[in-house]
Amino acid sequence: MTVKTLTINDQLISAREAETILQAAQEAGIQIPTLCYLAGVSEVGACRLCLVEISGSHKLQPACVTKVAEGMVIQTNSERLQNYRRMIIEMLFAEGNHVCSVCVSNGHCELQNLAVEMGMDHVRLEYQFPHRTVDVSHDRFGIDHNRCVLCTRCVRVCDELEGVHTWDVAGRGAKSHVITDLNQPWGTSSTCTACGKCVAACPTGALFDQGSTVGEMVHDRARIEFIVNARQKRQWQL
Amino acid sequence: MVTPPPIRTANSTSLQHMSNDSRLKVLDATMKRHQYQQDALIEILHKAQELFGYLGNDLLLYIAYHLKLPPSHVYGVATFYHLFSLTPKGIHRCVVCIGTACYVKGAAALLSAVEQCAQIHPGETTADDQLSFSTARCLGACGIAPAVVFDGNVCGHQTPELVCDRLQTFLAQR
Amino acid sequence: MDFPELLAIANQERQSQKAIRIRCCVAAGCLSSNSLVVKERLEIAVTEAGLVDCVKVSGVGCMRLCCQGPLVQVDDSTQSEGVGILYKAVTPDHAPAIVSTLQSLAAPESPYLQQADLRHPFFTQQQAIVLENSGIIDPERIESYIAAEGYHALHHVLREMSSNQVINEIMRSGLRGRGGAGYPTGLKWATVAKAMSPQGEALRTANHKFVVCNADEGDPGAFMDRSILESDPHRVLEGMAIAAYAIGASQGYIYIRAEYPLAIQRLQIAIHQAQKLGLLGSRVFDSPFDFRIDLRMGAGAYVCGEETALMASIEGKRGIPSPRPPYPAERGLWGFPTLINNVETFANVPPIIRKGADWYASIGTEKSKGTKVFALAGKIRNTGLIEVPMGTTIRQIVEEMGGGVSAGGVAKAVQTGGPSGGCIPASAFDTPVDYESLTQLGSIMGSGGMIVMDQSTRMVDVAHYFMEFCRDESCGKCIPCRVGTVQLYQLLSKIREGKATPADLDLLEELCDMVKYTSLCGLGQSAPNPVLSTLRYFRNEYEALMMNSNES
Repeated sequence: MTVKTLTINDQLISAREAETILQAAQEAGIQIPTLCYLAGVSEVGACRLCLVEISGSHKLQPACVTKVAEGMVIQTNSERLQNYRRMIIEMLFAEGNHVCSVCVSNGHCELQNLAVEMGMDHVRLEYQFPHRTVDVSHDRFGIDHNRCVLCTRCVRVCDELEGVHTWDVAGRGAKSHVITDLNQPWGTSSTCTACGKCVAACPTGALFDQGSTVGEMVHDRARIEFIVNARQKRQWQL
Repeated sequence: MVTPPPIRTANSTSLQHMSNDSRLKVLDATMKRHQYQQDALIEILHKAQELFGYLGNDLLLYIAYHLKLPPSHVYGVATFYHLFSLTPKGIHRCVVCIGTACYVKGAAALLSAVEQCAQIHPGETTADDQLSFSTARCLGACGIAPAVVFDGNVCGHQTPELVCDRLQTFLAQR
Repeated sequence: MDFPELLAIANQERQSQKAIRIRCCVAAGCLSSNSLVVKERLEIAVTEAGLVDCVKVSGVGCMRLCCQGPLVQVDDSTQSEGVGILYKAVTPDHAPAIVSTLQSLAAPESPYLQQADLRHPFFTQQQAIVLENSGIIDPERIESYIAAEGYHALHHVLREMSSNQVINEIMRSGLRGRGGAGYPTGLKWATVAKAMSPQGEALRTANHKFVVCNADEGDPGAFMDRSILESDPHRVLEGMAIAAYAIGASQGYIYIRAEYPLAIQRLQIAIHQAQKLGLLGSRVFDSPFDFRIDLRMGAGAYVCGEETALMASIEGKRGIPSPRPPYPAERGLWGFPTLINNVETFANVPPIIRKGADWYASIGTEKSKGTKVFALAGKIRNTGLIEVPMGTTIRQIVEEMGGGVSAGGVAKAVQTGGPSGGCIPASAFDTPVDYESLTQLGSIMGSGGMIVMDQSTRMVDVAHYFMEFCRDESCGKCIPCRVGTVQLYQLLSKIREGKATPADLDLLEELCDMVKYTSLCGLGQSAPNPVLSTLRYFRNEYEALMMNSNES
């Protein structure tokens, strides 16, 4: 096995021959933001957040799929890249309906974390406010398309790890959306094994476990009434 | 909300209600000719649409079963390509080319002419199923721009009047 | 099939020619103006006039002047003039008149018949290499192609040349990819020839490499490839076969858009005929070389012209691009090394082999060799197909050959390269057409669509039009293209409606830069080009539409 030496952000590092820039950077403790990348499944290079500058090439290359080469000089965090990344996050916020305050993933959402990391404090683009649906027909899980960023991590874990290919992407362009089977309610899917890998892979609150949503946070007032009655009136009316 | 398709396991009996349909036999023959290769999916979808007019859920499931493909893959492919339709089309078709040459030569006026004449927008079908209206991105008939396709026949040098006259003959058949 | 047999077919075909030949265009343009009926009526008229022995009516491919169709050309080998007569806008009722002019020696001008001026620069300044047979041979008869030295180059290659020699010949010719980017064809062939098939992978078939012809001509306003395929399909098959021999492939695919039914039909006929004669299939020309070609149809997705998306589509998947590298030359269809060239590129191959690399390299400019076929359309008098040497200026093409803007207008700009290209202003019309010059002007050579715009065309509208196109055709995989084209489209709408502020214009430029440099594939990377090039040359039109800040 050959070892390659390269420079990332003025830091000299070594990497194994078959490694990608992202892997090499992570091993050297250099963080490159990612969204569609998920260790263990194939890379698609779609979110463009991990784009880096490589000296001698006028094109930006995605770190998740670009292999290291001897003597590469890489910049991962130039001002230009920061601007592009902030714009990418702005684009996602403008595209879907991302309302953190009522989201099941508030506080542990990769999109939210990225926005904080990029210093995105407002969106200059036009909000699209798309009409998207929520599907809670599955016994254990739900999908809120409003929060989907089309990273296709669910599609890939379902196909590559679980092996049943329940998920895929339908439509194209801005009309793209993830589907189960023939675009039918998830609960009616005949291929889904309810393994939950897609939920675990989702970077946002789009895929969630049933019972975790804000809407399902129902206060059981009758319970209080029962206790009050029991204590004060000594009546146990169940 | 999407209406759920009938829940069933994907098997060959899923199209039982039309298993006597001769069109299905042609489709079977096409799949056989392609040796049920998964990479021939687009060819087979073309054939299915040619035979049935559109790609209904039953049909997609049938193809998925025979090519041993996941249903979501077939649905994803069918909705990716512009020429595939998952809903029935009208008896007559009117396709206005909005390629650059036609655009420069007044395709926009033809579009609004159709919209006014038939009271539908691109991608729609009239309520009586007489006419489906759509647009195309260049038919390669730039030499005779602006071009419109009526029921598969390319007609060049079109004007709003010509288009309206033609549509009237379609719509008069209701 | 051996060479004497091929020559025999050619001879027989030539001997069956008659003294007078009437050629009727049956390519898509003229066909939609009823040229098939014209052809039938001509045949009837010839029979009725008792001229069957000396007159032959044949259907041929494109005769260039598409706006004036149907076109009918009459060549009389008994007359010494050399140039025949080209009738334009022929109707079925004209047929008897055309035939009657053949009988009277004086050839009286019928008042109803309109002749095209074959001495017009539109015809005289053309140099036909790719289109040498177009409008001359019958595209549905392989004998017609063989009589025009068809499949001679393939035979020569199989018998006389090593695959390295073929690659070197293409390399020396200076041929560059005609799909738009202009990558040196010989270099691409050499790369695929050297690429190793992946070891240990389950082999689908015995094929280890593939040749793919990209006939997904999606640029609106471009119809060169359609015309080549409809007029001379065997030329493309021969070019592919030569490429397959050079790189060591035995399976080819032609990926063609479903919007071209006639081209598909003619290709099917051509493949069938070639297989029957043993010019395709196993043991071509009784050599050890096997080569099959299959057609794969598109289904209406512009992005499938991008090579990685095209391969996904051939594999029966959603036409979604993937990052390069790895390039198709190393890992293409099903992971095997794959050569992808455009229709026109393959169409250039047989003449290069037949006439030699030096001959080809003597045509064109220093860096762009040979000729280029352009589809001339828009607000111009002579719309149609032209083939000119590289280095011809835009002015020559538009003003001399095209005859200037129709209806007495003044040319404002020429749009080249489709949605990936840009608008070249009239002030730059003296630029020679080659890859580098057009790129410098902020446009690209593209596949060859050339759309002329006059003063009535508003450039913001043009940018808006192309952005709408890109928005609709974005595959949706990468964020900058999927969201960026929507946002750019909305900004352009705002500008067009006079509701934008200078801040919006700044945002437009920032977005253009971002989408251009961060998108995954060529579609997204070039989507901002029409905006950037109109901003560069016609910024005043944008600024004139700005909302007056005092008013708000």
